[in-house]
Amino acid sequence: MKVRASVFASFILILEVVGVALFLRGFFPVPVKSSVSSKSQLSDLPAEPLSGGSPNSSRLPQPLFRRVVVMLVDALREDFVFGPSGRMYMPYTRHVVERSSSHSFVAKARPPTVTMPRIKALTTGTIPGFIDVVMNLNSPALLEDNLIWQAKTAGKRMVFYGDDTWVRLFPKHFMEYDGTTSFFVSDYTEVDNNVTRHLDSTLKRDDWDILILHYLGLDHIGHISGPHSSLIQPKLLEMDDVLKKIHGALISKEAEGSLPYLLVLCGDHGMSETGSHGGSSEPEVNTPLVLISPAFKRKVGMEKPGVVEQVDLTPTLALGLGLPISQNSVGRVIPGVLEETSLRDQLRFLHLNGHQLSCLLKDSMPNYEKDAGFEQFRVAEKAHGSWMKLYLEGNTSEVLSNMGKKVLKQYLDALAAMSSALSQQLGKYDMYSMIAGMVFVFQLLLVLVLAMPEALSGAAEVDLPVLSALLSLPFYLLCLLLASVHVLVCTSAESSCYFCSLSWGLVFAAVAFSSAMFCILISMATRRLPLGPKIHGKSPLRSGGSEWSLSELDVLLLAGTIGHTLSLAASSFVEEEHQTWYFLLSTLCLAVFQDVCRKYFREQRGSGDEEEHVLPSKDCRPSAHPKAEVCSEKWLALATPPFTLACCRLLRSLNQTGVQWAHLPDVGHWLNSSEHKVVLSLLAAFCLALIYLLVQRRCSWVSKVALALGLLGVYSYRAAVDNVSFPWQRSGRTMSKGTVEARFVYVFVLGILFTGTKDLLRSQIVTADAKLKSRGLWEIYSGLVLLVTLLFRAHNLPVLCCSLLIQSLMAQFIWKKLHYDAAQTTIMHYWFGQAFFYFQGNSNNIATVDISVGFIGLESYVEAPAVFLTALNTYAGPLLWACHLVCYLSSERHRSPVAVSHGCYCLALLRSVPAAAYIVLVTVLRYHLFIWSVFSPKLLYESMHLLLTAGVCLFFNTMEQSRSVGTSYVLT
Amino acid sequence: MWDHEIKAMASAHAIIAAAVFMATVLPGAVVRGFSVCGTHLLWLYSVSGAVAAVSVAVFWLLGITRPTKKHTLGYKLSRLFRSCVYFFLSCLFFHTVVVLYGAPLIESALETFSLAVLLTSLTTLRCLCVLGPNVQAWIRVFSRHGAMSVWDTCLQITVVCTVVGAWVGAFPIPLDWDRPWQVWPVSCSLGATIGFLTGLVAAPAWIHYHRKQLTYKCK
Repeated sequence: MKVRASVFASFILILEVVGVALFLRGFFPVPVKSSVSSKSQLSDLPAEPLSGGSPNSSRLPQPLFRRVVVMLVDALREDFVFGPSGRMYMPYTRHVVERSSSHSFVAKARPPTVTMPRIKALTTGTIPGFIDVVMNLNSPALLEDNLIWQAKTAGKRMVFYGDDTWVRLFPKHFMEYDGTTSFFVSDYTEVDNNVTRHLDSTLKRDDWDILILHYLGLDHIGHISGPHSSLIQPKLLEMDDVLKKIHGALISKEAEGSLPYLLVLCGDHGMSETGSHGGSSEPEVNTPLVLISPAFKRKVGMEKPGVVEQVDLTPTLALGLGLPISQNSVGRVIPGVLEETSLRDQLRFLHLNGHQLSCLLKDSMPNYEKDAGFEQFRVAEKAHGSWMKLYLEGNTSEVLSNMGKKVLKQYLDALAAMSSALSQQLGKYDMYSMIAGMVFVFQLLLVLVLAMPEALSGAAEVDLPVLSALLSLPFYLLCLLLASVHVLVCTSAESSCYFCSLSWGLVFAAVAFSSAMFCILISMATRRLPLGPKIHGKSPLRSGGSEWSLSELDVLLLAGTIGHTLSLAASSFVEEEHQTWYFLLSTLCLAVFQDVCRKYFREQRGSGDEEEHVLPSKDCRPSAHPKAEVCSEKWLALATPPFTLACCRLLRSLNQTGVQWAHLPDVGHWLNSSEHKVVLSLLAAFCLALIYLLVQRRCSWVSKVALALGLLGVYSYRAAVDNVSFPWQRSGRTMSKGTVEARFVYVFVLGILFTGTKDLLRSQIVTADAKLKSRGLWEIYSGLVLLVTLLFRAHNLPVLCCSLLIQSLMAQFIWKKLHYDAAQTTIMHYWFGQAFFYFQGNSNNIATVDISVGFIGLESYVEAPAVFLTALNTYAGPLLWACHLVCYLSSERHRSPVAVSHGCYCLALLRSVPAAAYIVLVTVLRYHLFIWSVFSPKLLYESMHLLLTAGVCLFFNTMEQSRSVGTSYVLT
Repeated sequence: MWDHEIKAMASAHAIIAAAVFMATVLPGAVVRGFSVCGTHLLWLYSVSGAVAAVSVAVFWLLGITRPTKKHTLGYKLSRLFRSCVYFFLSCLFFHTVVVLYGAPLIESALETFSLAVLLTSLTTLRCLCVLGPNVQAWIRVFSRHGAMSVWDTCLQITVVCTVVGAWVGAFPIPLDWDRPWQVWPVSCSLGATIGFLTGLVAAPAWIHYHRKQLTYKCK
């Protein structure tokens, strides 16, 4: 089956999008959330079960503790306390653990073992994933139901000292706080002294109920020198002293008759043997949990600490303080804490916990009734009811207590089952879906790469052996094999899996598709094999030319593309990806400059290769152009690359992005400050005028007028929202939303797009006029530019302006004059697009997405247009360059009729190589420390970009389509 | 074919490499606390000075520099003067390019300019020594198939190695390792020096192994 390269490329891209979507679905598990978005309230609590008769009171039992001190030591590993050297590291704590009234456990933290998700886990009882971070993009504050909120609502007074992540997560929750930043990892004494200095005064006072301390020093030492460094022991001794001090103060404050205190020592995560954390190895996951309270039984001798989940602390603390358990908590109360209370209270506590878990289970599982834990809970609840009946009747026999113990055991089993069922859904990568998605993407990528020699040939047609693949025996065998693998994996998987939950038809289609792809791959590979040396020329750059020699520029383009893909493996390079692109772009400009110099200076010397002289005369232009024009053209061509370089240098200081240098002052901030409003206004007006001049050249007069009016509308919109000002306008005007002005612009955008489409259609159906068609394309392009102009912030208009300027200069003097082929031009466009993505102020962090764009011209939030506008604004750079590529290549058709096809193919290849490589990288690095903060946002950006490129390739396709229609029209 | 020339080149390069080495080691005896990263600018000046002095001396002694037609003192002086101007212009050129690559414009201008001086003394100075202040010859040598002697090829190799070394040296700057050699412009100047040394070794070796294929148009 012969397919045109552009059709082939867009088909592959669209399928790749599907593959990536499957991967994403596996990578970001959907969080377990209760369907009601409100928070648990005391009044919602279920009544105490009582069989027969009306339910009993819904009151909570008496709280267990009056005051709670949580001492959280960052990266406190389990063996620092319970291990053989624990006696040396933390002597007092060990003494308390062994001899005093306390409970000690090993609390298992879930990966990612990073502080922020762990704090969320400790306070909400959930296992937070990355999607949570994306969902509350705008607010760093924790909006979910959590322990701190419950405590505040219940009127508890809280004091916090330590890591300022808490302060950001819970603003206005603490009566008193002092946050320390964990910014300087090399500082491990000041951060802790800043916490400890408050202790003496706070412990003396009586006006608080909950005290939370978060010590960072140990974590910093781990990062600097690992868990076996000599710095560890003094730090742990210091922590031990702090614990001793708090314990002593609590004991001395304890009054007869009042409720006891509770002192909690815990770690948020452990520390690996190299001192880092984030992964899921044993030392990173196991943290100590020591609960100290006079309410517990006194210990005699060291016991092996039991194992609990880290999230179990949340319901335990909630019940201990008499608070409702937060809604999404998946933890279960630690039974040891309750053992000194009456049997009735114990049952009541367990019932409350079970009720909360069963509600969550109902919301998160479609067939919750079949869940073993849920059934057990129902049975236990019933038994509890009958026990209550007996109890209230005054029965005090042995039977009652035996029955109560049985109910207790039933409850505990039910809690364990429900909790594990819930947490299995969370915080786990769905590896099967991920691998399936990855396999799809890689098959497609390989097919794309193998088709390179054909796709970049003069015919630009790819021969896909679809039929022979579908009719071959291996295809059916593969189908069978893959289907059986699927069944095997799905039946043996203990956790839920998205790919398994798909309907059979879809899965079978996927299996058939995958095996067909595999067969096609094999047959294409065998076809290439005899042509060994030819396929060896993997370079997409030399389309013609039997023997291909790489010029410096080709080497750079290839090395840059590969190097950039490889650089994505390092978190710093992902954070600072803009630096990579700026660097590559500068080098590209210099390489182009060198090419230009070589061309013009060798011509001047008159000794250069003959072809250089012959080629320009091939142009349809008459050879007798005036000498002066040639000369000026030469100097303009020579000036273009340096000018581009200078533009890029200016633009990069417009918006500082990334992480390391993001705090540096940039021109954008300077322009946006209110005292420089005049400058900003002048700049915006100048840019708008320049945009008009650059864009209007190729449009029809109707579009010219519309464009001019539209740009005026943009300025008045910016004036209305008070970014810029008119010279006659006095300050102090009320700010409006500028809806009218924005809609005014939208009308012109639609008008221009309509005119362009009309021209395109006319050129296809009626006249087959190449000129009309190219005008239509440019009109669509200018409509897009107008829309982007409206969306861009005023200080970003120079970015747009420069991109248009560079586009027209490069097209006129470089790409046309130096005879770069379609592949080279495409790669250059792609690089420019990437660099302009960052010039706009974007980064690989979700936080830089400008959401306010979604409200331009809308009275209220409407999802579809808002998402569209935000995506368009974010990806304006790459999109505009890709559109320019379409326009440029189709206007260059007389030089190479298949240029559009080649361009489309190269763009698809350029986009899918990093996307596919990145998917693998993310899978390999899924336990990396920065997986949620650095790699996952980049993954979202990559997939979004892939989606948009698929759209652009479809656009390419329609252009290509019209060519064949046009030629066929001419032929008939 | 050009055995003696290759030998001369190898020995000249050995001397220059030794000069770079000495410039790194010797100041430590004089200046207290001298180190490549710690007192980077000092190291930079010492290397550029050493390379400049030694290459001028070596090339003058070897007589690589093309004999001039005129032997008047005035002509020689004007050549010297033009060479100095070219040297300075080349510093400015490198400075501009480095700033265009994203070096801060005002903040660490001294560091940037020092890097430019180093690059100039590693590349332009050799051109000046071999080709003299003759732009046409430079363009010829650096266009494709433009080398007309072993020394031209050698010049191409070392210059490209130096520039690529400086280019590669910029890679580790965005990494968050907080190492002393990541400070601007340490990694770039180290990269340039290492590239230069590589070029010094590679040029005679490459020419030696390709001496059969190498043909020069005219001498």
